[in-house]
Amino acid sequence: MIGIVITITSGKGGVGKTTATANLGMALASLGQRVVCIDSDIGLRNLDVVMGLENRIVYDLVDVVEARCRLKQAMIRDKRFPTLYLIPAAQSRDKTAVAPSDMVHLCQQLKSEVDWIIIDSPAGIERGFRNALAPSDQVLVVTNPEVSAVRDADRIIGLVEAEEKGPAKLIINRLDPEKVRKGDMLSAQDVVDLLAIPLIGIIPEDEAVLVSSNHGQPVVLSEKSIAGQAFINVSKRLMGEKVPWLDLDGKKGILNRISKIFSGGS
Amino acid sequence: MEIKGIKDGILIHLEEQKWDDAKPVLMEQIIQKQAFFKGARLFLDVGNALLRAKELGDLRDTLANHGVILSGVLSHSNVTRETAHLLGLMTDLELPKPKKRNIIEPLDTVIEGEKAVFVHRTMRSGFKVSYHGHVIVLGDVNPGAEIIASGSVIVWGRLLGTVHAGAEGDEKAVVCALDLSPMQLRIASKIATTPQDQAEPQPEIAQIKDNQIIAETWQH
Repeated sequence: MIGIVITITSGKGGVGKTTATANLGMALASLGQRVVCIDSDIGLRNLDVVMGLENRIVYDLVDVVEARCRLKQAMIRDKRFPTLYLIPAAQSRDKTAVAPSDMVHLCQQLKSEVDWIIIDSPAGIERGFRNALAPSDQVLVVTNPEVSAVRDADRIIGLVEAEEKGPAKLIINRLDPEKVRKGDMLSAQDVVDLLAIPLIGIIPEDEAVLVSSNHGQPVVLSEKSIAGQAFINVSKRLMGEKVPWLDLDGKKGILNRISKIFSGGS
Repeated sequence: MEIKGIKDGILIHLEEQKWDDAKPVLMEQIIQKQAFFKGARLFLDVGNALLRAKELGDLRDTLANHGVILSGVLSHSNVTRETAHLLGLMTDLELPKPKKRNIIEPLDTVIEGEKAVFVHRTMRSGFKVSYHGHVIVLGDVNPGAEIIASGSVIVWGRLLGTVHAGAEGDEKAVVCALDLSPMQLRIASKIATTPQDQAEPQPEIAQIKDNQIIAETWQH
């Protein structure tokens, strides 16, 4: 078994990296995959909060790297899915506590144990981002349909290409079909046109995401949530399945056009 | 060493297998028989000797100083043949004559000061190209990317980033793109931005006219 390392990054903060990590981890685990999520945002950890595993942390990523514990001891098993684990970030240290080579070494050890290693990258393009990128097999860039987020995503994609970790795949998060129709928001097509990388998911704006994150119950767990459904679709696409694109507003719109263009994509 | 007259000029067979030994012998002959060689087109059969670009270039220049034109180099060595090709020299005697002239002469018509760099990729945010000369991009120039050129800038793609042509003061520099919608466009000391309401993208060229930057639809 050789696990695949997925790095989830964005450049800009607050676009939904952690939400995407938690939800993709849960979605893959719900499909029977063995998954480890790693929070590489040392000093500003919150993947544990979103996954609802905050109160179980004993050891963290820095403890593993500095050999204060064994790898297994830092892997927190999820309470809902027994094949899902979290390696939390340290809160009292900073990004320099871990080197890119540490991350590569860590992921090599994990690869023989699990199917997927999902790394939640910190915002920015500095050391923390380098740490998250170093072991990556597949980079997923998360962006929102707004100009500043797309600009940062473009920069990140350039850096990923420069490190020869490309081509990255794109997740457009928090798309509001209603606003797009009124011309108040960039369409998915606009974003894809500029960034010119394959699209792997469009996550619609959904109140349930905020509520569920606050409760530590990622949105994929609630069957009614359309965002949850979209995350499950992304995880299926990661596994190589062809999944039709969600019809987000029940009307023939931008997303239908996108789906035609990208239906061949993974 | 064997010298014989051929249709296209003079052919010399060098017997020495090492170039360091062969060259002095050759030059001695040339200098001794200057009257005979002057103005001649020389073909050199170097056998197995290995010649690199510098050696061959030096030879050509030295010969030229004595009024001898090095026209061709015959060799069994692929390296030497390749080098000769690079310098625009013939490597066979059989090549038709008119073509041979055409191969050699353009070397003297290199246009000065027209250097350009070719960027074959999408220039994403944070990517910067500065070049003393022209810049040609095959791909998009995204917002946040930057091109600075002392000459002109040509983008075969969408130009959405920042561009400065004629950055060292050349007011004749131009900027053209298939979709000319830069964040900011500078030519020499003039600055322009892209109007908000743009029609369908079309190839445009921007240049200084009447002391300001004007963008016009591309006309051929």
